[in-house]
Amino acid sequence: MELLLHQILAGLATGGIYACMALAVVMIYQAIDHLNFAQGEMAMFSTFIAWQLIQWGVPYWLAFGATIVISFAAGIVIERVVLKPIHDAPILSHVVAFIALLAILNSAAGFIWDYTIKNFPSPFGAGPLMEGGLLSKHDGGMIFVTLLMLVLLYLFFRHTRIGLAMRAAAANPESARLAGIRVGWMNALGWGMAAAVGSVAGMLIAPVVFLEPNMMISILLYGFAGAVVGGLTSPGGAVLGGFMVGVMENLAGTYIPVVGREMKLSIALFIIIAVLCVKPSGLFGRPVVTRV
Amino acid sequence: MHGPVGEKHLAPPEAEIGGIKLARWKLILLCIGFVIAAAVPFVLKNFFIFQITLAIIYAIAILGLNLLTGFNGQFSLGHSAFYAIGAYTAAIMMDGFDINYVWTLPAAAIVCFVFGFLFGLPALRLEGVYLALATFALAIAIPQVLKSTLVEHWTGGVQGITLIKPDAPFGLPLNSDQWLYVFTGIVAIVMYWCAGNLIRSRTGRALIAIRDHPVAASAMGINVSLYKSLTFGVSALYTGVAGALGAIAIAFVAPDSFTFQLAIALFVGLVVGGVTSIPGTIIGGFFVLFVPNIAESFSKGLAGAVYGVILLLVIYLMPMGAAGLGRLVTGRLAKQGH
Repeated sequence: MELLLHQILAGLATGGIYACMALAVVMIYQAIDHLNFAQGEMAMFSTFIAWQLIQWGVPYWLAFGATIVISFAAGIVIERVVLKPIHDAPILSHVVAFIALLAILNSAAGFIWDYTIKNFPSPFGAGPLMEGGLLSKHDGGMIFVTLLMLVLLYLFFRHTRIGLAMRAAAANPESARLAGIRVGWMNALGWGMAAAVGSVAGMLIAPVVFLEPNMMISILLYGFAGAVVGGLTSPGGAVLGGFMVGVMENLAGTYIPVVGREMKLSIALFIIIAVLCVKPSGLFGRPVVTRV
Repeated sequence: MHGPVGEKHLAPPEAEIGGIKLARWKLILLCIGFVIAAAVPFVLKNFFIFQITLAIIYAIAILGLNLLTGFNGQFSLGHSAFYAIGAYTAAIMMDGFDINYVWTLPAAAIVCFVFGFLFGLPALRLEGVYLALATFALAIAIPQVLKSTLVEHWTGGVQGITLIKPDAPFGLPLNSDQWLYVFTGIVAIVMYWCAGNLIRSRTGRALIAIRDHPVAASAMGINVSLYKSLTFGVSALYTGVAGALGAIAIAFVAPDSFTFQLAIALFVGLVVGGVTSIPGTIIGGFFVLFVPNIAESFSKGLAGAVYGVILLLVIYLMPMGAAGLGRLVTGRLAKQGH
């Protein structure tokens, strides 16, 4: 029983990382209506910018804020420069553009900051959160910031005009344009916000997994998985999904003999597919209804 | 999700360019292609022959993906898994049972068809990004499964399996690279011919109908679930045969050759060549093999960035892939003739 509790807590700690990323994934899904495969690399690049600022002697929280602003601007620039010209191309071409972006960012980060593993400081300290607890102070802080971002995003999307406009632009671009919404700029704004949320996720994750150009690849996959399990239309569901993936991964590694340890990633993914087969739009997602 | 590709630019087959009918042009181009393909083993160096063999193998794998994604509208980022299953089927048969390499191809085809069909059943419930994630999960899982201690006896674990390159049979005066090129070429011609016939048949029209409008397709009496799972099976069959050919040509299989990067490469090849184009898959195969090398020759450190930029340029210049560009050009030329 104690082992189970410990494993669940440890799972929550890693789940916090995935929840962070899942939130960023849902963020961009709300804005552009599909998944962005370059999201992990965008977050990684932002984290490197923060690291560079800290190396130059900028205080942590100032670097934190500056990175968010830079990422937001960079997200908008990426949308304007890379994606706007191919706006009318088929979706599959967009996916290839994401893959291209992924390759460029990964390789550029490796070129500028090389591939050695770097330590990234945590603003919350490294000690355990409670006496003898498995959650560290950083884990606690990370979970807190994730939940805070969730609340802020919820308020933004539900209770501001611009949030409503963004949702409209993603859900039905033609009608939104007729209602006077500048759909192109809403997309750009969505990219900017997704980059900003991603940069926060990156900066929170980096103290745990260390900073290097390939740090995000598997985390992004778990983030996708969490977001999809929770439901891509529901930020709250995505965060919960992220935690679930972390816990499942840990429990599978502990309790399933032999295969569990070697293939915990595969098992977690298998469980996700099983969930999707029962609930195709995720646990908290709305089923998509289309007119025939 | 997959609208008809560039249909407004499509020239009718009876249109003329330079006084020759479009259908005739196709035949001429096909003949030129055959002549070039037949000249390859006698003109080029062994290393290039080997590389072109690999490009053809990728083209077959991309053709498999195209049957699923292009013609049936099911998204897959997991075809590296079927490629791996085909490759390992061939390797285990050759290494463990001393079976002639020729017989590994039908075996890989059957095994992959069954795997693909079975994976297609749960995939029926999933669409779009959800299907993408499920197939991507498959691509991630396969290298781990191959490395697992449970199957290590068969797969050789992380080390993989080393094979022997086959020599030319019947005393033909070809070295093994030349022979592999000929062998792969023959298999490719058969596979492309079958795929073309499949798409032009009643079944092919059913697949396209399912892609364009599943509800209307089922109203017309098409068994949507059966056809979708069968397409998954056939698609896996093509990619699996390509995998088996790859194992024979490279004479080595290891789990880390079949990571999700291979799945992404196949997907890129599909889009660059042109979704819903059968000849486009050949261009896709060559792109997947040669462009990363070209990128590396520009700059070692920034190879990934150069590759990404090339990819973006390709998408800008031909958003519908090479096949879309081809249709545009023939459409323009045909119009000028009038």
